[in-house]
Formats: sequence, C-alpha cells, structure tokens
Amino acid sequence: MKHLLGIRQLEREEIEAILRQAEAFKEVLERPIKKVPTLRGKTVVNLFFEPSTRTKLSFEMAAKRLSADTVSISKSMSSIEKGEDLIDTVKNIKAMKTDCFVIRHPATGAAHMIARYTGCPVINAGDGINEHPTQALLDCFTIKEHFGGFKGLRIAILGDIFHSRVAHSDIMALKKLGAECVVAGPGTMLPPHIEVLGAKVEYSVKKAVKGADCIICLRIQRERQGGIPLFPSVREYANFFGLYPEVLEFAKEQAVIMHPGPINRGVELDPQLADSSRSLILDQVTAGVAVRMAVLMMLLSARETL
Amino acid sequence: MLTVFLTNCRIIDPYNHKDEIGSIYIKDGKIEGVGPDVPEPEQCPKLDLKGKWVSPGLIDIHCHLREPGEEYKETIDTGTMSAVAGGFTTICPMPNTKPPNDCAAITRFILDRARAVDRARVLPIAAITKGQKGEEITEFGDLISNGAVAFSDDGVPVKRANVMRLALEYSLNFDCVIISHSEELELAGNGVINEGKMSILLGLRGIPNAAEDIFVYRDIRLAETTNGRLHIAHVSTKEAVKIIREAKERGVKVTCETAPHYFSLTEDAVDGYNTLAKMNPPLRTEEDRLAIIEGLKDGTIDCIATDHAPHSILEKECEFERAANGIIGLETALPLGIELVRNGQLSPLKLISLFTKGPSMVLNLDFKGFKVGEIADLVIIDPEREFTVTPESLYSRSHNTPFLGRQLKGRAIATVYHGKCSFDLDGMLSSCERRS
Ligand SMILES: [Zn+2]
Repeated sequence: MKHLLGIRQLEREEIEAILRQAEAFKEVLERPIKKVPTLRGKTVVNLFFEPSTRTKLSFEMAAKRLSADTVSISKSMSSIEKGEDLIDTVKNIKAMKTDCFVIRHPATGAAHMIARYTGCPVINAGDGINEHPTQALLDCFTIKEHFGGFKGLRIAILGDIFHSRVAHSDIMALKKLGAECVVAGPGTMLPPHIEVLGAKVEYSVKKAVKGADCIICLRIQRERQGGIPLFPSVREYANFFGLYPEVLEFAKEQAVIMHPGPINRGVELDPQLADSSRSLILDQVTAGVAVRMAVLMMLLSARETL
Repeated sequence: MLTVFLTNCRIIDPYNHKDEIGSIYIKDGKIEGVGPDVPEPEQCPKLDLKGKWVSPGLIDIHCHLREPGEEYKETIDTGTMSAVAGGFTTICPMPNTKPPNDCAAITRFILDRARAVDRARVLPIAAITKGQKGEEITEFGDLISNGAVAFSDDGVPVKRANVMRLALEYSLNFDCVIISHSEELELAGNGVINEGKMSILLGLRGIPNAAEDIFVYRDIRLAETTNGRLHIAHVSTKEAVKIIREAKERGVKVTCETAPHYFSLTEDAVDGYNTLAKMNPPLRTEEDRLAIIEGLKDGTIDCIATDHAPHSILEKECEFERAANGIIGLETALPLGIELVRNGQLSPLKLISLFTKGPSMVLNLDFKGFKVGEIADLVIIDPEREFTVTPESLYSRSHNTPFLGRQLKGRAIATVYHGKCSFDLDGMLSSCERRS
C-alpha cells in the first residue's frame, strides 16, 4: 500500500491488516502516556480545502500520538476558485521535505491527482462526493469491536447516499469484509447504479432497517445540494427518513446506531437515541484516532523499508 | 503541381460507388485518368501502391482549430497539418473560438489564414446565435456569402426552443444546415462523466443519456415543424440513434454524425480519473457503443466527425471536475475507423463513405470524387501500417488523447490537396512534384 486513496483500491486483506494494527494502537490510547516514537522525525501535512474540524483534529491527534510533526493548511474554496494550482502548491510543500499528505478537497479525485504528481504517500480525507476511506475504516473497526466480525451482519445506511462519501466508502468496505449492506433515503438521494458498489436499495426506511444489526445514519448536508432542494422540508425528512424509536423497532433487538457526526439532532437521528446505550457514536470517534494512526504508520514505515 | 502515375492501388470512391483495383494518373495536379485500365503514360513518375487504398480526401465536418483566441492549443496552421496527416483535405472548424465566429469578419479571418497556409480546405461553421448566447440568430445570409457552410452553437446547446425554431425557419432562405449540440443542460447538471457504473465507482457526478436523447428529440421535432435541415452533432447514445432512425423513416430532414471515440471507447476509459478521456457528451456504455456501430452500419449515422478538440496540458492536468472537455481526433480517426473494417463491422467502401460522401451530402458540397479533369484531392492509405500514438508522433499542437501509448493500425501515408502534396509520411510523392 503506497497511498490510501479509497476503499475501492484496497484488497480485503489490506483492510484487515489496518484494522489489526488499529487494535494495537487503541491499546496505546488507553495508556497514561499515549505516545509512541514510531514516526519521530516525520512530517505529516494536513491539507484541508474544505472545513472539517473533526477529521482534521483526528488526523492531527493520530500523527502526534506517533510522534510525527504536523502542519495544517486550511484553504477556503475562494482561493481555489482564484485559480490556485493544487499540483503546484503540493509540489512546493513537498520540496520542503515533508513525508505525507492528508488531503480533503471538494473535487473528486483530488487526492488521486496529488498521488500521481508527487512521490509522497497520500491519504484521502474526503474527496468531493467520492470517498472517505478512513471514516469507513473506523466504522468497520467500531463494528468489529462490537460484533467481533462481519459475517452475517446486516448494515443499514440511511440518508443522503448520493452526496455521502462516507456511504460510498462504507458500502465498499463492508461488502469487502463480508457484511450485507442496504441503503435507504429519499429517492432523490439514492444515486442510480448504486448497486454497482454492492448495496441493496430500499425506498422504505423501515424495510431497510428490518432485521438490521447496525444502522448508520448520515448527516443531512443541505449546503451540498445546490440549486433545487432534494427533499421538501426538514420536518418531512425527519418523519420519513430519520431514525426514531418507532423505526428502530424494526431492527434486531440488539441493533446499534452509528453516525459519522456531527449530528443534526432531531433530524436524521432522535436526540435520545444518539445518547443511548445503543449508540456507538463516541466509540467511532475513539476508533478514528486509532485507525488513522494505523494508516499513517503503515504508509510511512512501508516507505522506510524501500 | 503533382504529376504521378499511381498504380495497382485499391481505388475507393464512394461518390461514384467504386471499389476496384486500378490506376490513377495525375498530371499537373489534375486527374487525367482513373480506373482499371488507364494506360501507363510515358516519362511519368510511377508509384506501385499494391495493398494501399486511394480515396478522395477525407472531410471532417466537426473540429476545433482554436484560432482566433487560443492559439496556444492549436492554430489554423497546426490544425490543418494535423488534418492532412490524418488524411483530411477538408475540415470544418466550429465557431466556439474567442471571439466566436458569429460575424463575417471572423469567418473571413479564418478563411484568410487558411488560404495563407494553403494546406487543406477550411470551411468554417458559423454560430447560430450572436455570441453563442442562444438569444438572437446571426446574419446567416452575410455569413454564407462570406464563406460559412453551416451553423452551430457547438459547445453549448441552443437552450430556448423558440430560438432553435427561428434558426431552422430562417435556414430555409439559405438552404443551409443547422447543427445541434444536443444537451439538456439542467439534466446534465454538474455531471462530468456518463451516469452509470463509473460515476458510482469514481464518485463523480454523472450525465444521464436522457440529457442527450431529450434534446435530440426536441430538435428533430422542430425540424419537422419547420421543414428545416437539421444535423445532430456527436451522437453518443443508443436511444438517440433510435430516435434519429425513426425520424429518418418518417421523412424528417435530419442527418447526424458520431465521433470515433464513441465507437471505440466506453466509460471505462475514464477510470483512474483520466482527464484525457473526459469529453462532452461523455463516453458511454458498451451497449451504447454497439448501438453507434449499428447506426453506422445501417446508415442512420451519416458520417464520422472527429470533434478534434485540442487542449493544452494546463487544461487537463488538474482535478477531473475542472478539466476541459474534449480530445484531439484528426490523426486517430482513420485508424480507429479501419479497426471497424478489420473487425468486419464495415466494408472499406462504407467506411470511406462515412468520411467523404457522408459529410459532403450533409453540407451539400459539390464534390465529385475521382473524375477526369478534376483537381486531385486524395489520400493514400496503408491499412496495415502500424504506429504508436505518442506526443512526438502527433502534428497537432495539443496531445490530449486517451489513445496516447496505444498502437493503432492503418493510417494515411500521403495526402494530396488541390493538386499538391500536403502530407507525405515516407517522402514517396516528393520526387513527383514540380513547383510551378
Ligand atoms: Zn458539441
């Protein structure tokens, strides 16, 4: 593995290896001194062309726990529109002898492009509406910790599947690991041909949730929709596509709830359910740091052995 | 002017429906004899073209030469060089230059530049609407008087149906063809590739086939209403082929073209965010590709156009969504067409017809093919000649083609325009030319 660009490029064995490594690092996070010297002297550059406090913080935390130095660059959309050349920017930063790029960008394929034009390892922290592989890996990690494995699990993903890179990566990862995946949401948010990724499509949320072991609710991002609204009102969305106790009824008794955060409480997820014992939302956050440590270590130390 | 006796060649002349082995005697740039039993003239250079095809010069009714405005991508000079290297002696540049070709001054400029270069016939297509804005139609009469041969707002569709209707009605006064760039923009949305398997796998927004189909039907319906002549540019979908086939059956004056990439490639070519395969309409599915070939076979599709769209590396080495649409095509069109012959999908005569008589009929051009007394305008094709597409092998100023690195088989080896040799890959004609 030279880069982490998407789940699509990963083999099942590679995913499993990352999850195993993350397990070891999660243990480190429980220690009183939560730091290992693994990446001492390495510099990780976080390039965030889209606002994301959580993901950026999680990557920074992961790098620091591994004793790497981190530099973060946040750029607003406006400077890209002014014609700032991404390849050029990255080549310049690389010339300062950095070791790894973590990139979040509003354009699909931006991380792939950087990987092609620089020799540096690149981690995709979300590109356009395409993929968000580390989120999928931390979701898988959380599910594995809870259930012990993936075989026979039914996972329902609810909401804006079209615009959600989390959904795209989750479906591919869960499918590769052997879980069954079903998606539901407003028809306007279910992209045509989604079954190519291996997900089953349901138009009724209750049907999707039926018999599910785990339900992943996605954040409604009205800002991503542009032009014509894709659903008539937040109220209608909550009523028909949100996860509330009466919908959860249809799932397995022990079913758990996940959410990539931040949550619109009372829209896609019932406020009480979000804080209930069935929620794994905070476990996901912890898993995020462990998984990102694993990815950073595997990419950067793999380079060392060359 | 050229004087040469071409013998033992396969003469493919769709204008006269001939495909035979014979000779062509060219004297001082004019055809003196053509056919199976032309006597060998005395004291005349002779070329044995066994295994080669000789066809009237190819015609491309859809290309972009970028001059005026974006000369760093292509000029009339480099563009015509690329054309003759691909076997084309007649090319029709689309009007989306900077400024657009929407008035006689620009048309004249293009023609003057082409005359100065004097390498191929350049027949400009003018804009349907002023500034290609889709609001007011241009001066069709004045533009035609000054050398425009057809009208198109290629690059953008004429959004308002009533404006398209006006254009088709007004075209009746000048008996000219209106070329439609068929794309329902709202449906195409922010799409950058075909809506299908690859748009999901790559996480890119897709353009549904319907965006093309709906517009093709709209313009056909308007052609039917007005009795104007309509030509649909770059057909890429299965349904569009079907709609056009049905319209032709009921007598609508509609013709259409496709481009080599739509019968050679599918959406799979964009995998890995390959901006070199980004174009509009986008590459579609295998099902669409096969329907395009079917349309070429049964005559629904009248001609093959290159949609030669040069872009510099600056427009292609960037995020996929920001990359420019289009690929160059003048030098790869013929080999890709010959691939269809090799696969048994088209006869050589049919293929050459799609490159010559087909476009000529769409534009009402007065070409006669090989006739004694006519000025020589032809291309010598080696159907077995292999070459690898590399930036160095291309004559175009730009190298944006998804076929880079691909080995193609079959190509133009010499091109004669207006009685003179304008491309000569192996230098075989140069000895036969006398400057006068
Ligand atoms: Zn067009």
